[in-house]
Amino acid sequence: MVQAIVFLPLLGAILAGLIALVGAHARNPSGDEVEHHGDHGNGAHAHASDTINEDASVIHETHHEPGDGHDGHGPAEPPAAGSRAAELITTGLLFVAAALSWMTLVDVGFMHHDARIQLMPFIFSGDLQVWWTLRVDTLTAVMLVVVTTVSSLVHLYSIGYMDEDPNRPRFFGYLSLFTFAMLMLVTADNLVQLFFGWEGVGLASYLLIGFWYQRPSANAAAIKAFVVNRVGDFGFALGIFAVFMLVGSTDFETIFHAAPGLTGKTINFLGWHADALTLTCLLLFMGAMGKSAQFLLHTWLPDAMEGPTPVSALIHAATMVTAGVFMVARLSPLFELAPTAQAVVMFFGATTAFFAATIGLVQNDIKRIVAYSTCSQLGYMFVAMGAGAYSVGMFHLFTHAFFKALLFLGSGSVIYAMHHEQDIRNMGGLWKKIPYTYAVMMVGTLALTGFPLTAGYFSKDAIIESAYASHNPFAVYGFLMTVVAAGLTSFYSWRLIFKTFHGEPHDEHHYEAAHEAPLWILIPIGVLAVGSILAGFPFKELFAGHGIEEFFRESVKMNPHIIEEMHHIPATIAFLPTVMMVVGFLISYLFYIQRPYIPVQLAKEQPGLYQFLLNKWYFDELYDFIFVRPAKWIGYQLWKKGDGFIIDGFGPDGVSARVLDVTRNVVKIQTGYLYHYAFAMLIGAAGLITWFMFGFGGQ
Amino acid sequence: MTTWPILSVTTFLPLVGALIVYLSRGDDEAAKRNSRWIALWTTLITFAVSVILVMRFDPANPDFQFVEKANWLATGITYHMGVDGISLPLVILTTAVMPFCIIASWKAITSRVREYMMAFLILETLMVGTFSALDLVLFYLFFEGGLIPMFLIIGVWGGPRRVYASFKFFLYTLLGSVLMLLAIMALYWNGGTTDIPTLMHTAVPRSLQTWAWLAFFASFAVKMPMWPVHTWLPDAHVEAPTAGSVVLAAILLKMGGYGFLRFSLPMFPLASHDFAPLIFTLSAIAIIYTSLVALMQEDMKKLIAYSSVAHMGFVTMGIFAGTMQGVAGGMFQMISHGIVSGALFLCVGIVYDRLHTREIAAYGGLVNRMPLYAMTFMVFTMANVGLPGTSGFVGEFMTLLGTFKVSIPTAFFASFGVILSAAYALWLYRKVVFGALVKPSLASMKDLTFRECLTLFPMIALTILFGVWPKPVLDMSAASVQQLVNNYNSAVTAVKAAALLQ
Repeated sequence: MVQAIVFLPLLGAILAGLIALVGAHARNPSGDEVEHHGDHGNGAHAHASDTINEDASVIHETHHEPGDGHDGHGPAEPPAAGSRAAELITTGLLFVAAALSWMTLVDVGFMHHDARIQLMPFIFSGDLQVWWTLRVDTLTAVMLVVVTTVSSLVHLYSIGYMDEDPNRPRFFGYLSLFTFAMLMLVTADNLVQLFFGWEGVGLASYLLIGFWYQRPSANAAAIKAFVVNRVGDFGFALGIFAVFMLVGSTDFETIFHAAPGLTGKTINFLGWHADALTLTCLLLFMGAMGKSAQFLLHTWLPDAMEGPTPVSALIHAATMVTAGVFMVARLSPLFELAPTAQAVVMFFGATTAFFAATIGLVQNDIKRIVAYSTCSQLGYMFVAMGAGAYSVGMFHLFTHAFFKALLFLGSGSVIYAMHHEQDIRNMGGLWKKIPYTYAVMMVGTLALTGFPLTAGYFSKDAIIESAYASHNPFAVYGFLMTVVAAGLTSFYSWRLIFKTFHGEPHDEHHYEAAHEAPLWILIPIGVLAVGSILAGFPFKELFAGHGIEEFFRESVKMNPHIIEEMHHIPATIAFLPTVMMVVGFLISYLFYIQRPYIPVQLAKEQPGLYQFLLNKWYFDELYDFIFVRPAKWIGYQLWKKGDGFIIDGFGPDGVSARVLDVTRNVVKIQTGYLYHYAFAMLIGAAGLITWFMFGFGGQ
Repeated sequence: MTTWPILSVTTFLPLVGALIVYLSRGDDEAAKRNSRWIALWTTLITFAVSVILVMRFDPANPDFQFVEKANWLATGITYHMGVDGISLPLVILTTAVMPFCIIASWKAITSRVREYMMAFLILETLMVGTFSALDLVLFYLFFEGGLIPMFLIIGVWGGPRRVYASFKFFLYTLLGSVLMLLAIMALYWNGGTTDIPTLMHTAVPRSLQTWAWLAFFASFAVKMPMWPVHTWLPDAHVEAPTAGSVVLAAILLKMGGYGFLRFSLPMFPLASHDFAPLIFTLSAIAIIYTSLVALMQEDMKKLIAYSSVAHMGFVTMGIFAGTMQGVAGGMFQMISHGIVSGALFLCVGIVYDRLHTREIAAYGGLVNRMPLYAMTFMVFTMANVGLPGTSGFVGEFMTLLGTFKVSIPTAFFASFGVILSAAYALWLYRKVVFGALVKPSLASMKDLTFRECLTLFPMIALTILFGVWPKPVLDMSAASVQQLVNNYNSAVTAVKAAALLQ
């Protein structure tokens, strides 16, 4: 069953990829010569193309479609052949996988049928023995459900959303490829397979962000996402090496068994005698920071919004970015033994939660607001991880997947209605035009801000409580930051709703044309809206109550006291997030419904702060200044000065130049005049005679 | 076990092919076509014979197999051939890559086709011979002989600065090998033989070890190439014809790594251990330095050439780590790099054949016209970046893993290559393939032909196959590598123990 869940998406990806390739190849003739246009203009080459694509027509004759003569330059490219087939295949397979995943969750979570399935050997060398293995325990089962459910809904949604795009088979191939990599990640039984999935989702993310490859901004964002993630992976890889050095294996079971024996060991890491477990956890956490866009490595996530909106919902909200959280939960037996690392985790989580929320306050692109919100919510999850309340963090991961995917897909529906307008300043009053989208966006916002009895209410409050109850050195910091961030979250979420759906329309033309999206789009967001309400209460006991032991069992190693202490915190503290939520709502209502001039005034009065937030704390500029430019400068200097001037100058070029100098001088001596040679002979003879006379005479 | 000298057949079959090409005289179209076909069939048959080698090879046996021995020059200098788990993968790589080279030159080479094909066939003999020679003099002959056809390939069929590049290549490599010749003489006087298996079990005095190691190092470091003697490589690659670049990257660079594994580590273990920090430093510098330089390149081939230097840095680092994973990883990285960089040069050759420029700035938006090419190039770009699931990952991962145990700073700095390789490779891909197609010169670019697919698709298959299932390669070399590592470590520990006793 697990094999089916994991490999059905791969099958879909391969089929869709083949359809995309065959279709694309049929539209573009092959040949190894080029017609030369332009300044020749004599037409002599015009017949070249007829003769050279014979190779291609032999193999692909059957796939030629009627629109073959199209030259690919026009704006209205016809859709690729087999688009509908690719859509239906991938979507169908994903729905099967999703159904199987829910069955697995029941089977594993309640029936306790954990499984480990060895597929085939991967890397075998000496004591390094890595298998391809599928591991299913409750933690994995929860992730399976999240990934396949959201993915199948996003597939369905994309059929509607991408209906004008000519490259749909490719898009669905990428989506399914992503799902496969993500499933390999969550079912990993060792660090190497985890890393495979980890980088695999990175590849899919890169391809999907850059899906519209004709846009320079999309290409730049894709590369940025990949490279920034690689910075995190740099740490992740070193972490794997450290684990292997300490334990001699990369299998989770072996590592967890050996972990208690590692306390007190140290590693000399670049002159720093670090505690082995702390160092390992910090290195691994660096990977999590990259993938989950935590403070300092977050810069790629907002730019990733260049990708199509369904991608943002699936990858950059519900699944891939939560991989870091999943990894920490998976490695909880290690993190539990490294309190210093936990402190760092909580610090970064809390900082991100606050920092991303402040940026979200002033952004104007509807998707970027939701992106910063995602960043901030991921910070919440890490706060729970730092507190040792791993299942609570997983709870928020679970609920967040529903309401954040909903918010993204809802935004997508708005963007669809507004014909690809994304700036909320140009929207307004839309609730009359697209009431269904308005309703589901309201549900998503309520869940995100933690309105009582919605999904987010249970999970988010539990995190804030766990931060308060924990004994982490940064517990107070974590608590304060998450509480403040709760208020900020409420403010920016309602700001988005008010500016988009309420008030006066700002762009009459688009407003008049706005209409509700087709059913392909409405069904998935409806399902997610239901999920955003129902994912909370029924699961509360399993994730954050007394059912944890029974439900999660060995799959995560909780801090033994955290749940008990969470239930004994003062009522005022427990109410604080709800209060903050109401305050945020009221301020937002005041700013954007009652007195719309206030925010403008504020921005004018505090230009420094406003610009600071609007420019995202200037992180992009800072990184460009301290990393990108120096790397390019150094690269150029090493090339021209290092390779060109020093190595070649003193090496081969220098030597050959000296040899030439010498020969040139030698050539000069050979003048060709007889008396020069006669003179040289005379001097030579005189010298020889002198040497014979005095040399031998000396003996 | 074998009834016929299968290894010699593999080695000298291409030479026979070259002879046939030579005999088929003429300079018209028919003669050109004949020499192409003869060369192709020769390489294919050679490959088929080498496949028999693989099937009969016993991977559990760490010693030399298919051994052939005959009297040759003097006592102690014999014609001695044989392969073990370290050389066999490289032999197969050589015979497997050659047919692709011939196919890739099918249309690109139009002048002096006969001579071109002969040069390649002779080169194949010399390369296979290098990997299977078990006598130092024989090895030296093959090793140095390989320079001549390569020199001609660059110098005759190369680009505009071909003369400069070919001389640079020749002089650089020759300088190193002269020193190696001296060391070979020293070893002969020390052991009375140039037989490699015998020398492996002959204890070499400590002082001679140091000098001989340095002399061999001079030769292999240039071949690898290691920083700072790498500057011949970008020039040679840029000027060489496509197939020349492929052979250079895929096979000639591996001779250095092979030399380290065959001579430096087993014969001079103590010197290797002493000099390991030097190698680590040079490797780490190579990885970071050349990756940074690659970031700024404007020529596609130069960029890939610099990235080759960085990848070879992982190989040297892994080999001198002296751990099982490090050495096996270095071995795997050599095979993987042979496939991936060879394929990348083929990819560059494909657009070069169409537009006759390698300037990155001359391209952009190729995906709009060449979807198959875009897919192929993406696979190899990702393999170059070391994405898990491609063969590039396994080698990098294992070498770093093996080195981390021995030297954390080396592994730390070398890991920066992981970030930088992503930056330069994706940048190249974006500039060449992605974007809108606006340049008029590109408007009529056409996608891969059947012939080009024939060269690239098998390589895609291998890249992904070895990425998810590297077992065939790892198993083939495992026993020999294990023996090498054991001998190396026991030699080093013995000396350390002796030093403690004193």
